[in-house]
Amino acid sequence: MPPEVALAIFLLPFLSFVVIAFVIRPFLNNRPQLSGYVTIASIGISLLLSLWVLVEVIKSPGHELSMPDYQWLAIGDTAIHIGVTLDALAAVMLIVVTSVSLLVQVYSQGYMRGDPGYPRYFAFMSLFTCSMLGLVLADNLLFLYLFWEGVGLCSYLLIGFWFHKPEAARAATKAFVVTRLGDFGFLAAILFLYAKTGTFDIAELYVLAPALLSATALTWAAIGVFSGAVGKSAQFPLHTWLPDAMEGPTPVSALIHAATMVAAGVYLVARMFPVFASSTEAITTVAIIGGFTAIFAASMGLVMNDIKRVLAYSTISQLGYMMLGLGAVGVAVAGGVLEPEHGLMLGVAVGIFHLFNHAFFKALLFLGAGSVNHATGTFDMREMGGLRKAMPWTYLTFLIASLSIAGIWPLSGFWSKEGILAHAWESTPILFYLAMITVFMTAFYMFRVVFLTFGGEYRGQSEGSHGLHESPLVMIAPMVLLAILSVVSGWLPISELLGGESHSFFGALASPLAWASLILAGLGILLAYAIYSKKWLSAESLRQRFAPLYTLFSRKYWLDELYESVFVVRILIDGLFAAFHWFDDRVVDGVVNGVAGGTVAAGRGIRRAQTGQLQAYGLAIFIGILVIVACLFIFD
Amino acid sequence: MAIALEHFLILSAILFSIGLYGVLAKRNAVAILMSIELMLNAVNIALVAFWRYVAPTLLTGQVFVIFIMVVAAAEVAVGLAIIIAIYRSRETVDAEQIDLMKW
Repeated sequence: MPPEVALAIFLLPFLSFVVIAFVIRPFLNNRPQLSGYVTIASIGISLLLSLWVLVEVIKSPGHELSMPDYQWLAIGDTAIHIGVTLDALAAVMLIVVTSVSLLVQVYSQGYMRGDPGYPRYFAFMSLFTCSMLGLVLADNLLFLYLFWEGVGLCSYLLIGFWFHKPEAARAATKAFVVTRLGDFGFLAAILFLYAKTGTFDIAELYVLAPALLSATALTWAAIGVFSGAVGKSAQFPLHTWLPDAMEGPTPVSALIHAATMVAAGVYLVARMFPVFASSTEAITTVAIIGGFTAIFAASMGLVMNDIKRVLAYSTISQLGYMMLGLGAVGVAVAGGVLEPEHGLMLGVAVGIFHLFNHAFFKALLFLGAGSVNHATGTFDMREMGGLRKAMPWTYLTFLIASLSIAGIWPLSGFWSKEGILAHAWESTPILFYLAMITVFMTAFYMFRVVFLTFGGEYRGQSEGSHGLHESPLVMIAPMVLLAILSVVSGWLPISELLGGESHSFFGALASPLAWASLILAGLGILLAYAIYSKKWLSAESLRQRFAPLYTLFSRKYWLDELYESVFVVRILIDGLFAAFHWFDDRVVDGVVNGVAGGTVAAGRGIRRAQTGQLQAYGLAIFIGILVIVACLFIFD
Repeated sequence: MAIALEHFLILSAILFSIGLYGVLAKRNAVAILMSIELMLNAVNIALVAFWRYVAPTLLTGQVFVIFIMVVAAAEVAVGLAIIIAIYRSRETVDAEQIDLMKW
């Protein structure tokens, strides 16, 4: 395979961005649908090339292709190389990104029809996909960071796509600023690692970082990298931007939540996994943050009324699972329980396998939510209900995705979740119990969405139930494809390719752990059925029974308020910024004004000498000459 | 006792000092102008004495004196004109009251 193929994979979407931004938008604005076709064509070719890469990677020994390295620039003795990594991890990620992106773009053709910003939308989407592909392919941290920020920029542009809405502009800014907090740690860690090891190359860092850094330094470097992942993947405590990111168009949410943006954080931890696994403290942090985020976000997902917000919290929760999977295996490796040769690949396999499956069913859930919104014009589930009759395809695909995310055998979510739970059970039992509770909660909130949205009778007031209609084929077709993928993606030997365990189709049911999680998930579905479909239990009375908990969850643990009023207002605005303002006002301006004021005061005093008396001046000249002459005599 | 260079220089110094005193102490602008003349002439005496006793073959000292006389005549003409102009506008030639350049 020529190396240009790998470059073409991410250059094609970039080319599409350039064509749309500089040709179609200025010159062919009366035919906006062209921009959609260009995007779909470029990403479609990228998908085919990615499949080619995947086949080559599978065929190659060690599942890794070596690619030529180019010197990008040299500063003194420092040479910075750019190159491409093509291993199993990169190949799997390429498939996820290009396939989900392609289906989302096709869907967008229907969803965004008639929007005045149609070419702009596809230009940003192309750039978004390009950035994510570049991030996946980069073989050094510097370029990874470059595309990392590219992803951040595009998410900002797309969340704020309808920038004339104040909430959208606010949400975009929030996403950008909150992820920036994590990126700061990431950048600091990159520079720190470079200062200590002299390389940006990731493969070299695997060896050099544990060898050259002290244990404490390695821990902090890894935590710095992880802070970038926490921001991007919306882990606690930087998760607050993701639910607000719902202000963007729904296909954007699908892409952000499934293949690009939030997947970048998990990918980063997987890519840097050998470095993480060298430090017990760092990898334990990853596991704890992941495990905690999983249950923490799920608890908020239980009570949200906005369908997209429920999905957003479920994304945060599932990303927590991925981090937990990486962390749990990493803890075992760092603790010496697992051999590094096997354990490092196993950890990546466990985490990325869930990312792979999650990408398909989560993209599908969001496209389903978009389809529902297309019909009802709202995202509020209290205004929905009974949509299964009007929208059978949406209902069916949404149901499959919900079963998959709940982890029901034999859908894809079951397989990867089992892997994570099994490893958490072995290395971090406390986090395992949290994850098991999360299984129950996940099943409950997903089926709460299903029953509220598709079950019962239509409750909306805006238009009668006769106005409800199924979405056009261009939107349904990608959803059906994603539904098929949500079923079968777990059967694909992705885990084996990444060096993890293989699964046997019925053998998985032999383990008690699988039954425990299946029963918990089943109970969650049953409870949702009892409350929201059959109304055996009243949601209202439950809400009053657990009023403090309900308030806690629905107010999102007051974290937004905490961040806004304590961190932003108290610490930043009242504290830091006020201090800066004081410094600027008093010290910087004080010096300038002081010099000016001193000069004026001195002039006011000295001008008294200017009497206007000719003879006084003459006397001064005379005395001056005397002094000069005296000096000449004295010092000669 | 022959008259030597020192005597001329002492005379010159005395005249110069009287002139300087007049410039600094007199109130009348015309008197100040006259005192300046006195200082200039003191210098003239010194220059002529130096010519006579130090370098009698060169005309430098004499030429300087002639120049100073010419400049002094011009200066008096301009100075008196200024004083008359001031007198016309302020009705005084008292140097202490001519203080328009004051802060």
